Formats: sequence, C-alpha cells, structure tokens
Amino acid sequence: MIYLEIFLAFLIPGILGYGGGPSSIPLVEREVVGTYEWMTTAEFAEVLALGNALPGPILTKMGAYIGYEAGGVFGSIVAISASVLPSLLLMIFLAGVLYKMKGTNKFTTLTLLIRPVIAILLGVIVVDFLFSSLEVSGTFHTVFLIILSFILLQVVKIHPALVIVIGLVYGAVFIR
Amino acid sequence: MHFKLFMVFFRVGILGFGGGPASIPLVKVEVVDKYRWMTNEDFQDVLAIANVLPGPIITKIAGYIGYQLKGWPGIINALVAIILPTAILMTVLLTLFSEFKDLAWVQGMSAGVVPVVLVMLAVLTAEFMQTAKKAATWKFLIPFTLGMMIILEVLNIHPAIVIGIIIVFSLLQKSGKKAGVS
Repeated sequence: MIYLEIFLAFLIPGILGYGGGPSSIPLVEREVVGTYEWMTTAEFAEVLALGNALPGPILTKMGAYIGYEAGGVFGSIVAISASVLPSLLLMIFLAGVLYKMKGTNKFTTLTLLIRPVIAILLGVIVVDFLFSSLEVSGTFHTVFLIILSFILLQVVKIHPALVIVIGLVYGAVFIR
Repeated sequence: MHFKLFMVFFRVGILGFGGGPASIPLVKVEVVDKYRWMTNEDFQDVLAIANVLPGPIITKIAGYIGYQLKGWPGIINALVAIILPTAILMTVLLTLFSEFKDLAWVQGMSAGVVPVVLVMLAVLTAEFMQTAKKAATWKFLIPFTLGMMIILEVLNIHPAIVIGIIIVFSLLQKSGKKAGVS
C-alpha cells in the first residue's frame, strides 16, 4: 500500500519537526532513504539542493517531488497533505481556545513572555543566514547586500518583492 | 476576497527563498501592512501560536489566515496558493532537467537573496521586541530575554519545552484584569 507508506513517511516528520519545515528535512530523509528506500542518500541530496535553490516552503516541495516519484500525482497530494494538515488543524483548534482568553491577564502574560522567545528563535535564523551568506557569497557581497536591502526596505520603503528581485538579479550577475 | 487571498499567498510562495520561515516577513507585509486583514499584534500572536506547535510554520500561518477570512474554503485557497506553484516547479524541473541547479547563475541567485531575507527577518525580530516593550519595561524585558537566550542557545533546551513552561505558567496566573508580570 504505497499511499499509506507515503502518508506515514511525511506525517511523522510533519508532527515531529519543530521550528518549521526545514527542521523536518532530516526526518524526511530518514523515512525516504532509510525506512522506505525510495531513493539513495545522493539522490536525496540532489533533490534537496534543487529544493533549496527554488522559492517556497521546502517541506512541501520535497513532498511534491518524492510523493510524485513514489506514487504519481496522487502520491504527491498524499505527501503534501500528510506534512501540512495535522499541524494546521491543531493550530486552528488551539488558536480558537487561546482567542477565547483574549483580554484576560493570562493571555496578556502569555503573549508578553512568548514574544521575546519568538524573537530569539527568529534571531537565530538571522544569524544562520548571516554565516551561510558570508561563507557562500563572501564578506563584500554580504555586507553590501545587507546595507542595500536595509536602505531599500526601511528607508526608501519599497515593496519587499522588488528587493528580493534585486537580490536575485544581483546574485545572478555578480555572485557566481 | 478569494482572489486577493490567493494572490497574497501565491506571491509569498514564489518569492519566499530560503524555505518557509524565511517568508514570514512577506506574509506580514501583505496581511498587516498592505491589506490590513489583522493588526501587527494579532499577527505576532498567530506567529507565536504557529511556533508553539510542531510542523511546517508558513503553511500553518497561511491556512489559519485563510480560515479567519473565508472559513474552510479559505484554508484550501491559501494552501493551494502557497504550496502548488513551487511544488509543480520543483517536480517539473527535476523531471525535465536535473542539471538546472548546477548552473552558476542559478546558484548566484539563491546566494544573492539570502542577505535580503536576512534583513527582513531582522526587522521582524526587532518588531517582536518593540511589541513586547509596549507591555513591559526594559528592566524586565532585557534580563528576561537574555535569560531565555541562555536557556535556548547555551543550555540548548528545546524551544517546545520553554514555550510549554511559559504557557503553563501563564494559565496558572490568577484571573483578573491586570497582568502580573508587567
């Protein structure tokens, strides 16, 4: 029953991954390469490399391709649903419960204490990106692009989509 | 509304380089700044809840905002918009030409966008601290944040545990109008 296998292969990483899609990727590898042997480690690395080069959430991109390879278009749909739906349904339920508490001091305390924690978790991604960029693009390009995009986003205030396109074009022309 | 909802998450999907978490600032710009579907505080609450739960974050946020605006059809709309375009792109590219990712200019593109996303995430991080500042003094906030940083990054305590403890602590507060911590 290939669809059940695809479902389980993406359900478990989706439930156990913490901190967003990227953190689930090693768990996907364990299922796809280790448990079900749909591809080799080298093939998985290929797919992941392309996935990282393309925009959009990484876990669903991996699910789309691996699901397709293992079980066609329906396999793709099964893989994406298994990775996305359980945590989304939980979110809608939990948000409903929390919003009933809105305005109470329990809720105020909760959001006050949780905001610095989320800020730290986001800050960690910022630092990761900084080191990865210094390594891949070098100090000059990294510092230049940081200053440029800060000015465009915060001082000139143009739409982030445009700044992203500028980053893409700059990278295609100057970083290779 | 359904068309706008689709376009918002379509843009977020195809512009979100660096995986889902890196596209969170894009959602904020569209949903809070441009369309004003929710306040910045509400958005931060949604993001906080999404972070409490395991699993991919950006699809949780997209699905939840879709649900808030248009119920269950809104969920499907937002999810399809954020997932499908890049999922198809990925499958087609890999099936047709797998050497695509080795091209120098493609690698340059994905490298060039990292510092841009970094700045956007840094701004979002600063906004979180600013909102926290509205409810508490720096005298509380700075030691608390530093303490949390040590717990999360030096002692390597799992964020799920830290957030779990905060939730339990908050729910055990005495009911009343005034917040006990600020």
